[in-house]
Amino acid sequence: MTHAEVMERLTGVFRDVFDDDSIVITDQTTANDIEDWDSLEHINLIEAVEQAFHMQFQMKEVSGMKNVGEMAEIVASRASEKPKKKGFFRR
Amino acid sequence: MKALQVPFDSAWILKNRRKIKKELLADGTPRIEKKIAVLGGSTTNDIVSILELFLLDNGIQPTFYQSEYARYWQDAMFENPELETFAPDLIFIHTSSRNITEFPQDVYCPAAEVDAALERQYTHFTQMWERLEQVYHCPIIQNNFELPSYRLLGNRDASDVHGKVNFITRLNCKFYEYANTHTAFYIHDINYLSASYGLDAWLEPSYWYLYKYALCVPAIPDFAYSLTRIIRSIYGKNKKVLALDLDNTLWGGVIGDDGQEGIEIGHETSMGQAYEELQCYLKQQKNIGVLLTVCSKNEPENALLGLQHPSSVLKPADFVVIKANWEPKDRNLLETASELNLLPESMVFVDDNPAERAIVSAQIPGVAVPEFDCVEACLRQLDRAGYFEVTTLSSDDAKRNAMYQANAQRAEMQKTFADYTEYLKSLEMQGTIRDFEPIYLQRIVQLTNKSNQFNLTTKRYTQSEMEAVAASDQYIRLYGRLEDKFGDNGIVSVVIGEKAADTLHIDLWLMSCRVLKRDMEFAMLDELVQQCRQQGMKKIVGYYYKTAKNAMVKELYGTFGFTKTKDMENGDSVWELNVADYTEKNHVITVNQKECAGQ
Repeated sequence: MTHAEVMERLTGVFRDVFDDDSIVITDQTTANDIEDWDSLEHINLIEAVEQAFHMQFQMKEVSGMKNVGEMAEIVASRASEKPKKKGFFRR
Repeated sequence: MKALQVPFDSAWILKNRRKIKKELLADGTPRIEKKIAVLGGSTTNDIVSILELFLLDNGIQPTFYQSEYARYWQDAMFENPELETFAPDLIFIHTSSRNITEFPQDVYCPAAEVDAALERQYTHFTQMWERLEQVYHCPIIQNNFELPSYRLLGNRDASDVHGKVNFITRLNCKFYEYANTHTAFYIHDINYLSASYGLDAWLEPSYWYLYKYALCVPAIPDFAYSLTRIIRSIYGKNKKVLALDLDNTLWGGVIGDDGQEGIEIGHETSMGQAYEELQCYLKQQKNIGVLLTVCSKNEPENALLGLQHPSSVLKPADFVVIKANWEPKDRNLLETASELNLLPESMVFVDDNPAERAIVSAQIPGVAVPEFDCVEACLRQLDRAGYFEVTTLSSDDAKRNAMYQANAQRAEMQKTFADYTEYLKSLEMQGTIRDFEPIYLQRIVQLTNKSNQFNLTTKRYTQSEMEAVAASDQYIRLYGRLEDKFGDNGIVSVVIGEKAADTLHIDLWLMSCRVLKRDMEFAMLDELVQQCRQQGMKKIVGYYYKTAKNAMVKELYGTFGFTKTKDMENGDSVWELNVADYTEKNHVITVNQKECAGQ
């Protein structure tokens, strides 16, 4: 997946999580640029990104990402198209 | 909302919670307001925000108090003006195995010391529950403990007193003993929930290290839904009726085409076993008080033929209503509801056919319509949805099916009487109408919190609030119990009036719809007036507070002979009666002639 493709899909995830269709993200975007992006919403954002790209962040990445560009890089390197197998509870 | 019905997409809910909340708040459904204190031993923020969605979806508008991170014990044990001002209607204590401090540290320490540690750990909690009960007088929901993520002793961890698995298991048992001996104390079984979800996924450690969550974030919707089951049950929002399709729902095949010997039920085939197990489950639901009805497109005699199959666990007599015809199912469901004097939204419609499910959910708002694609999924789906979550078990629940069946017999008999009063007299009704008695208090609370239609003020009481009313001489209280020659209806009516000088203000007047049109309300009124006379009350003031469901009692005080003194724009009204002008109204029920069970 190219960086541009990742950024496009990430935009959709950001818009869902913050319920704001006017959000535009760039590589330089940080939590300071989006009003509702606090430490609590960060959890939801990470969950939603993992879900959308069928991948998982490592712990050190979650706390270490500096901006959306770094997030997109990690996603691009690890994203897979196939969803992982899930238990019946989360079908 | 469809997206919040089991089975739901947890990830979608987590991601779209803001949108969902907006939609729920804008849908205009009436909701009861409840103040919920969440005392956490780990992070609770997302639990609260998802719980809010499920409660809103179940007709409950919550406001929350959340303890500071992991301050559950301090919040409960010490003076807490913020929480006291908040005055919670319900307290939820969100602790987990992460909060256990007394785990045995040394595998060689004597068993007696481990026992002492277990007792200390248990006391840490009981002290807290007792103080909360004393200060806040409201229901408490307490998590039990999930199993640990690792086992030092391996399999032996389960049986050896030094094992964490053993310690947790014993501590859980102690919690259950407390629950069994205290009312308004409920265990939230995260031990089962985490097992069912998958313990490894539940305990994914990064959620603890990063955010201090005691469970993984993707499991939060399952967790919040499970908690919602208890809360909606406490506030009387459980379902009451299972409306069941027959062909390919209760048995495999089509009885009209395949005949009695052609349908699959019983242990001869694998499919037959699955249907049999489902039927056993439904029969057990019936035994705890869920009403079973049939809603099937079939000739009536074929429906009976299927249920008379020798391997059919469910027999025709297990159903309070059987609708087998070719009418649209939504119409049959509405008729069933009206025959049982229940609201359509108290029903769960179970049908293997997605088209029928779609019609019913579109036509009757509020009916639960579980989605499943095969018989083996059906039982689990019903069980996980928890439509009938049991928070109290009263013997009245077990008798409920018999009562509704007796109602059907009464209806049969009524047809043979020309004069309705003659019919009522022929029922040989015996009423017991008295002040509250301790053994009935639980049933009184239960009835109070689930009656919607014949309910003038729809005021709800927790167990502790009702205990306070029962103990105070500020009130005149009556419960009413009705028996007749077909059976005992149990406690069916509750009235509470508050005394102010020589006037009695009626805070609560309700009656179970199973005894509509039996003149029980007149018998209650006669008794209330008599009490007023004995206690020097000169005037009775009645209030009608309009809700979406209680239109049937809008004019009740009028039929009682009260005069309307206020008629509000929102539909509420106030009524007055001069005690001196009252003449007795009940002529068909014999009151207080039988020994009551409490004496």
